[in-house]
Amino acid sequence: MSSVWHALADPWSQQIMRRAFAEVVLLGVAGGALGCWIVVHNLSYSAESLAHALLPGLVLAALLGLPLLLGGAAGIVVAALAVALAGRAPEVGRDTAVAVVITGLFGLGVLLALSPATPPGLQGLLFGDVLGVADGDLLLSAALAAIVLAALWVLHGRLLIVGFDRLSAGGLGVGATFVDAALLGLLALALLVAVQGLGNLLVVAVLIAPAASARRLCRRMAPMIALSIAIAVASGLGGLYLSYYAKTAAGASIAAVLVVAYLAIGLERGVRESWLRRAAATG
Amino acid sequence: MPEPATSSADRGAGEPNGGPVLVRAVGLAIGYGGRAVLTDVSFELRAGQRVGVLGPNGGGKTTLFRAVLGEIEPLAGRVESPQRCGVVPQTERSRLDFPVSALDVALMGAVSGSPWWRRPGRAERGRARDALAAVGLADRADTTFGDLSGGQRQRVLVARALVQDAHVILLDEPFSGLDATSTERLEGLLARLAAEGRALLVASHDVEQVQGWDRVLCLNGRQIAYGPPPEVLTRDVLEATYGGAIVELPCGGGRGVLPAHHHHHDHG
Repeated sequence: MSSVWHALADPWSQQIMRRAFAEVVLLGVAGGALGCWIVVHNLSYSAESLAHALLPGLVLAALLGLPLLLGGAAGIVVAALAVALAGRAPEVGRDTAVAVVITGLFGLGVLLALSPATPPGLQGLLFGDVLGVADGDLLLSAALAAIVLAALWVLHGRLLIVGFDRLSAGGLGVGATFVDAALLGLLALALLVAVQGLGNLLVVAVLIAPAASARRLCRRMAPMIALSIAIAVASGLGGLYLSYYAKTAAGASIAAVLVVAYLAIGLERGVRESWLRRAAATG
Repeated sequence: MPEPATSSADRGAGEPNGGPVLVRAVGLAIGYGGRAVLTDVSFELRAGQRVGVLGPNGGGKTTLFRAVLGEIEPLAGRVESPQRCGVVPQTERSRLDFPVSALDVALMGAVSGSPWWRRPGRAERGRARDALAAVGLADRADTTFGDLSGGQRQRVLVARALVQDAHVILLDEPFSGLDATSTERLEGLLARLAAEGRALLVASHDVEQVQGWDRVLCLNGRQIAYGPPPEVLTRDVLEATYGGAIVELPCGGGRGVLPAHHHHHDHG
């Protein structure tokens, strides 16, 4: 028993790990809550697109020695404009246009990152460096979590109306365009802050996987958000322990735990539903 | 009650049809991108009236609703409608897997009346429960919306309009896909709402059903006719409304008329 306790407590003796734990808790709270609205508004694809499309901004900022936050913000603005313009091309479907733009931007980011001038650290941009967070990063993540929770609290009713039936939103006194913009704005903000800890490729995992798991288990929005936050935080902590003891990359370990949680819940649901169906068929 | 109106359109079917005008369209033309979908629309909707809107799919019913709601600007003419205008959309459109209860959906009607930073509280919840009770669904408040029957979902959406305290309620083919029992319940509910002094604009495909209402508005790209059902529902008008082919149904006593072709076109 004491050895289990020791194994759990050991990582906390290190400053680096304490900061990493704090970072995944804060990002788990923000990502878990926001992710629920991303999932029920069918914006998972947009979230992934935005995350990948801000890579050239991050790489350029790294090349020029500017703050990553600034590069990421510029990258998101460029990506959003490119997507909006591409979506207007009459002959190409919207999905196709977005896919082309996003892949193009992501490729550009990788190309820049592979240039000889790039300082070492492309790996950090792609996979994040949750063990390298500084106090300033933690402060930023705390601010993000506070902003996201406050905004979602205020917008709850409107998000529900637009997600439920956007064509009726106007009749209920809710501007669907405003709500869309607010949700995408929060998403952009969350990506910007979380990408530094979790990396360009893995940031989407903490937004989508916990919410998608919670969606399978909950039939109301409030419990779904609570469960999603719990899954995100637990997976973040679990992933850090895994990385500590298995000596695996921290960001990838967190993503792996998130995906395993999702698969486990999906499997359990699937088995239970087929069992219920069989019981109904025979009974 | 205001003084009895004198125009022919106001000789009514015995209902309290002398209520104040809540929606008035005058020479209305509406459409998208400058191209008119619906023209020459002039009608009045008074408190206490049920007005059936007949027309083929793509005939302009949905577009008219959007104009009454103020979501699209008229190309010509004008439409006057009150602030509080509730919509009961077709439920197929509302996502049935959405994680909301009947009470959650009814509560959506309380958002527009509250300041932007306030979440619905005990008072709004009470109003939503009252509205669900008024549509006969007090016991289903905590049921997931998608688990309700089609008729129950329609009534939850009516409850949402009641929470909004809408004086005018627009219903988009609320009877489509309902069985006889659900249809009867919803019919009774609409009659009660009209008796309370609300005005109902109801898109429908059922010519026989609208015969029992106060006015009929026939649309097919333009206004074909508007007035009391006995005057409007003639063979000529119905043929113009549905584009020529009408079959008479040999049903006992009633004058059942159905459009011969019933294809599904895209809504505008």
